[in-house]
Amino acid sequence: MEFIELKDVYKVYKNGVTALASINLKIKKKDFVFIIGNTASGKSTLIKLLYREEKPTKGSVSVGGINVAKLRNSRIYKLRRKIGIVFQDYKLLPKLTVYENVAYPLESYGLSGAEIRPKVLAALEQVGLSHKTRSFPSELSGGEQQRVCIARAIANSPKLLLCDEPTGNLDPKTSKEIMDVIEKINKELGTTVVMATHDKDIVNRMKKRVIVIKDGLLDGDYLKGSYKVDESV
Amino acid sequence: MRVFRILGRSFTNAFKSLIRNFSLTMASIICTIITLVLVSIGLLLSYNVKDITENIEKELTIVIFMEKDTKKEDVQKTREDLEKIDNVENIIYRSKEDIKNEFKNDEKWASIVNTLSETDNPFQDSFELVIKDVRDINETVTTIKNMEHIEMVKYGESSVNELVSIFDGIKIGTIVLVGGLVLVTVVLITNTIKITIFSRKREIDIMRLVGTSNTVIRLPYLIEGALIGILGSILPILFTIFGYTMLYEKFTGLTVSNIIGVIKLASPDGIVYNASLFLLLLGTVVGMFASGLAVRKHLTV
Ligand SMILES: Nc1ncnc2c1ncn2[C@@H]1O[C@H](COP(=O)(O)OP(=O)(O)OP(=O)(O)O)[C@@H](O)[C@H]1O
Ligand SMILES: [Mg+2]
Repeated sequence: MEFIELKDVYKVYKNGVTALASINLKIKKKDFVFIIGNTASGKSTLIKLLYREEKPTKGSVSVGGINVAKLRNSRIYKLRRKIGIVFQDYKLLPKLTVYENVAYPLESYGLSGAEIRPKVLAALEQVGLSHKTRSFPSELSGGEQQRVCIARAIANSPKLLLCDEPTGNLDPKTSKEIMDVIEKINKELGTTVVMATHDKDIVNRMKKRVIVIKDGLLDGDYLKGSYKVDESV
Repeated sequence: MRVFRILGRSFTNAFKSLIRNFSLTMASIICTIITLVLVSIGLLLSYNVKDITENIEKELTIVIFMEKDTKKEDVQKTREDLEKIDNVENIIYRSKEDIKNEFKNDEKWASIVNTLSETDNPFQDSFELVIKDVRDINETVTTIKNMEHIEMVKYGESSVNELVSIFDGIKIGTIVLVGGLVLVTVVLITNTIKITIFSRKREIDIMRLVGTSNTVIRLPYLIEGALIGILGSILPILFTIFGYTMLYEKFTGLTVSNIIGVIKLASPDGIVYNASLFLLLLGTVVGMFASGLAVRKHLTV
């Protein structure tokens, strides 16, 4: 079975909006995949299905052998410990320092301080923030906060990194730096990356597999490098 | 190790938020105190009711007088019928000859009884019954009255019935009151914890996203609820132990009627400690239950 597999997936929200329809999709381990499409096309919904923030209305979603659609609420945490998630709005805790923000998921898993420390330091090193461990999120730039979010996501060495518009709030130069970090993680750690984005420059430049969603339907699946800017939606 | 680390962190968080929401915490604790004091009164009352009822049951007898010229075999048959009644614990039979002899041996009566001839006997054969359950006494008496050769059945009917119904009333009243108060307490503690949770909603959401288990998320709140319950049970426990002991020493007894005799409070040994333990447990459980209710909503997608 593929690392990620969606079979005939539909998502209809309670208010009647059909966000996704008849989606079939396979993603291999260590792949780097962009999900693009207009606003409200269903990109975030697709990502949310992968970490079980939403359940498919119909069809099956499997991630790393876990049948995500059937996962009970009380067991979701098991899935999420294997997945790193990067958000557009970072979702850092303002009262904790950079180090603590990266460490506390591991603390909540019950790891000891001695186990946690090397993981946190390695993750911060990966994102280039080793010198800011004691800063608070409010003392960081947007790009730096996003690096903390990425460090937190990879600290437990997940097999999958999900990103929902990680550069949505950043200027082009900072966006490029963040993308470099994520690409490095994909290459060096072999982490599978699935990223929803609006940013066509990034998609064009990086030459990865591109999945296009249009009004909730799969509108195109371009293998590594075959996606061209003029085909964009 | 893992468990202790998580527990330690949860305790710290629980204490912090108790202090941060001081006024609400106090309100919850005071509500718990009031509830538990009333639970305590209810408990002690029902202990005493049980104690008194048992004493009455021990002492209460039904006396049956047979018709004067009942034949011995009929008396024997009556005895067998009496033994068949479920509510009868014990039967003492006193024949009219025995009674006559008793009177003969009694100085006061001897002269009068001795004037009777050998065959002349004004006394009646009688039974004394000890019964199992006072509540069914009326039924038992009716059954007996319907039997043959029975002249009279005597027992302290009115006072017994009154007392039993008063005790039942006390019991039901206590249960209703305590039930209502427990509900109010649950609502109050739930709200206290909801406020804590509200201020940490973002944190809970993020914890869920990064793979913290529901148990670990819930733990500090459960501990917080338990702490409210435990803190709230201290005063009621002191009230129970010292209050009741004092009352017991001051209150020497109350004469209700000559049949039932003197009502005394049950001795505080054991009772107060059992009650205290119960209060502590109830406080803790109610607190944890309330906080469980409060977090539940936030732990589903
Ligand atoms: N929780 C929700 N309840 C109801 N409808 C929702 C919910 N989330 C999303 N939708 C609807 O589903 C559709 C797809 O939304 P989604 O967030 O997946 O789009 P998107 O492609 O991520 O858009 P954007 O690029 O603006 O982030 C939209 O019409 C949106 O209004
Ligand atoms: Mg989106």
